[in-house]
Amino acid sequence: MTDTTTSPTTGLRFPSMSVLGPIVALLVLLAIGAMMNANFLSAANITNVLARSAFIGIIAVGMTFVITAGGLDLSVGSMAAFIAGLMILVMNAALPSMGIGIPIILLGMVTAIVAGLLAGLLNGFLITTLGIEAFIVTLGSMGIYRSLVTWLADGGTLSLDFGLRSFYRPVYFDGILGVSWPIIVFFLVVIIGEIIMSRSAYGRHCAATGSNEHVAHYSNVNVKRTRLISYAALGILVGVATIMYVPRLGSASASTGVLWELEAIAAVIIGGTVLKGGFGRVWGTVIGVLILSLIGNILNLTDFVSPYLNGAIQGVIIILAVILQRERKAVS
Amino acid sequence: MKFTKTFIAAALATAVGGAAFADDDVRVVGVSIPAATHGWAGGMNFHARETVERLEAVYPELDFVLSTASDPGAQVNDIEDMVATRNISALVVLPFESDPLTPPVQAVAESGVWVTVVDRGLSIDGIEDLYVAGDNSGFGRVSGDYMVSQMPDGGDIVVLRGIPTTIDNQRVDAFLAAIEDSGINVLDMEHGNWNRDDSFTVMQDFLSKHPNIDAVWASDDDMAIGVLAAIEAAGRDDIQFVLGGAGMKEMIQRTAEGDEMIPANVTYPPSMIATAIELTAVGLTSNAPVSGNFVIGSVLVTQENAMNFYYPDSPF
Repeated sequence: MTDTTTSPTTGLRFPSMSVLGPIVALLVLLAIGAMMNANFLSAANITNVLARSAFIGIIAVGMTFVITAGGLDLSVGSMAAFIAGLMILVMNAALPSMGIGIPIILLGMVTAIVAGLLAGLLNGFLITTLGIEAFIVTLGSMGIYRSLVTWLADGGTLSLDFGLRSFYRPVYFDGILGVSWPIIVFFLVVIIGEIIMSRSAYGRHCAATGSNEHVAHYSNVNVKRTRLISYAALGILVGVATIMYVPRLGSASASTGVLWELEAIAAVIIGGTVLKGGFGRVWGTVIGVLILSLIGNILNLTDFVSPYLNGAIQGVIIILAVILQRERKAVS
Repeated sequence: MKFTKTFIAAALATAVGGAAFADDDVRVVGVSIPAATHGWAGGMNFHARETVERLEAVYPELDFVLSTASDPGAQVNDIEDMVATRNISALVVLPFESDPLTPPVQAVAESGVWVTVVDRGLSIDGIEDLYVAGDNSGFGRVSGDYMVSQMPDGGDIVVLRGIPTTIDNQRVDAFLAAIEDSGINVLDMEHGNWNRDDSFTVMQDFLSKHPNIDAVWASDDDMAIGVLAAIEAAGRDDIQFVLGGAGMKEMIQRTAEGDEMIPANVTYPPSMIATAIELTAVGLTSNAPVSGNFVIGSVLVTQENAMNFYYPDSPF
């Protein structure tokens, strides 16, 4: 009650630009989209954008934890392609004995989750126990998974059996009350992620580890375990994203998931998580993912800019987002 | 560590041994192609590998080195390595991009090595001894002519383009020339990058943007698959058909079975790499002249002739 004099600067409850920036950018994009095309705000278009954001979004939530804990994972796009390929192979192989039904879908899902967990644990093991730089480990595994899926597909495309695909298809296209499954799963992952990041001990451990590894260690935070768990969780989420991805087109090839890792990392950074670690914001990541999807969507819906420049516009937005973060650092 | 060292030593020994052997009387043919980054390239890789295996058995006096590159820079390195370490007598190259590959391939040609260029031409004429090419303009023209024949009264179409390259420009220019003055109106064009996921996304957005679309020129079968999934998901029935291209086996099969959405296809065979390797081998081992240009035409595939273009073993 006494600090009425200082309140004009800090007490206006006006959030800093690092919080407002992504939200403002999202609202501006929504306004531009709505002005450019009447169908932009239609339920069908909103559903399309949310559903197609779900893959990157689910992965980006896991990436938020990895980056917050001071790590990085470049392998997620290739990992998704490899898991998708593996899942299709397992399901096709089990088809003669299991037939089309719920069990074979569950088998596929378990395959994806287990493969994701193992892949994440492997990355985490190499990074934490062997102490190799995360950038190098995941750059390596990125190449490995990309080659493996090309090899599994014999350079072509792995396709899910047609009957099986028709049965599995609703997992991408149907849902509850008109909200499709990828959107529901994305939403659940975000809620759980947000709770863990902001309300649980593990979230604080991630931030402490990323902020200063040694201080965290002396504060009785198990730094290695915290990091290992973040990579394993990211692996599982890549598996979950793949479960949503496979029913869409029923195929996987060398071109599946190309550059997903960079989109996920970009979304995390746009959302306000610090690339060097120490601070993470799951809801910000969601906004980052939506911003990236909306840019593509708006450019497709309008003839505003040459399609050759899509990448340039995404690049400008990513850099702007980081400039807004710098302002926050300069203040603190 | 010990294992690694042994392994490296063994690999070196093999490489050195191979090179030494190559110096004697076996002539080496280098084959440099882009990696399997999309369906068509996957098919091309398959045919390249299969041809190399077959020809190694046919011609004991020839040895083949096959390398796949993921970008133009890597391909230049591959070619330099082939010249430096394998002493190649002939090079079969499908350039990733024309401009960056032109100087290194020119250097190879000037050193007296036979050069066969496939599909994408080099930026300077007259470097290669043999040019085996697909007909990109023909691909666009045949596609455009088919559109006109199917829509004599005109109509509204959308076009999905490939990765922004000369190939894509040639195809689209020829397509637009073929549909000129036919009453067919191109509502929208966007790059789907010969990729299923990208074309799915682009098509979803086209469907949101345009309430009525009569037909789609997907210009590639991978993109056609994404387009069909988007149309199916949106439940739209205004689109009469989707014209893909390049002759993916699944799509050829659907055409053969009379699928109304896929009434036709236009070939752009990835097996042209086989033609190139084969002709190069013939040129090296016989007196038959094989220099010049060899253009493989793009053919319209319909239900009647579809089975002639169906290769069940190929991955594409």
